[in-house]
Amino acid sequence: MAFLTDRKRAVGMGSAKTGTEHHWQMMVTSVALLVLIPFFVFTFGAILGAPYEEVIAYYQRPFPAVVAILTMLVGWLHFRHGVQTLIEDYVHGLARKVVIIVMICVSYSAAAFAIFAIVRIAL
Amino acid sequence: MAPPSRAAVAKKGTHMADVNRGNRPLSPHLTIYRPQLTSMTSILVRISGNALIVAGLLIVWWFVAAATGPEAFARANAVLTSWFGDLVLFGSVLCLWYHTFGGIRHLIWDSGHMLDVDKSEMAGQIMIIAAVLMTIFTVIVL
Ligand code: HEM
Repeated sequence: MAFLTDRKRAVGMGSAKTGTEHHWQMMVTSVALLVLIPFFVFTFGAILGAPYEEVIAYYQRPFPAVVAILTMLVGWLHFRHGVQTLIEDYVHGLARKVVIIVMICVSYSAAAFAIFAIVRIAL
Repeated sequence: MAPPSRAAVAKKGTHMADVNRGNRPLSPHLTIYRPQLTSMTSILVRISGNALIVAGLLIVWWFVAAATGPEAFARANAVLTSWFGDLVLFGSVLCLWYHTFGGIRHLIWDSGHMLDVDKSEMAGQIMIIAAVLMTIFTVIVL
């Protein structure tokens, strides 16, 4: 230890160098959600509670289906980046990496399942 | 308190990088920091955004069930339209609108506007009012 210079001890201890990209992703998904969320709330909300046949017919229409697909895609991408910030603030060490990886997998899986389902209903 | 002299530091066996360790101004600790509209509205953006995972997963389940068939759909739909489902979705709508207006405030801040305390507090008040109004509007329309 005594042979290490101060500079050597500091090198590599800085940021992960991906903060700018992370912030940009948050901004892009936020702006997109600003448009998508109102459309999704009032299309999904309008059909929730309807019988099975009506729901299927509704999501065979292009507009509700595409709004739902985009909302699931962009929403889960936004969540994947947002929840990472939360984890980085409160979880440390190895657990931090494990939890971030798990939440990234949950986010992509949720998006994939939702989009597969909507496409299957629509086609 | 003045920072320790170089000699004092060398004697303790510390290094240049942590000369000032323990003698820096610390950021105010939550438990002694006066709650303010700005800090409260900020932490609620975090809580509301992350809480949306519950409604998010319920909605994914609902779509997958609808794609699977009538029986699966009936099960998922029963949960989402039960009193418990209503409660979760109502809370999520409030979270969503609150978080959305909080997000708008962030985008405004990021563009370099409304950064002073007065304007930030005003934005916080607008966020709360707008979220409540949008939630009432959503409940009435849907
Ligand atoms: C119109 C819709 C939305 C807008 C404008 C928006 C905007 C934002 C912005 C700007 C941030 C960054 C806040 C910061 O820098 O501290 C953020 C964080 C976040 N958002 Fe959203 N968001 C929206 C919808 C959603 C949705 C639908 C979800 C859930 C799937 C979500 C989940 C999150 C999460 C988890 C965070 C991280 C909060 C934290 O722990 O710091 N947001 N949002």
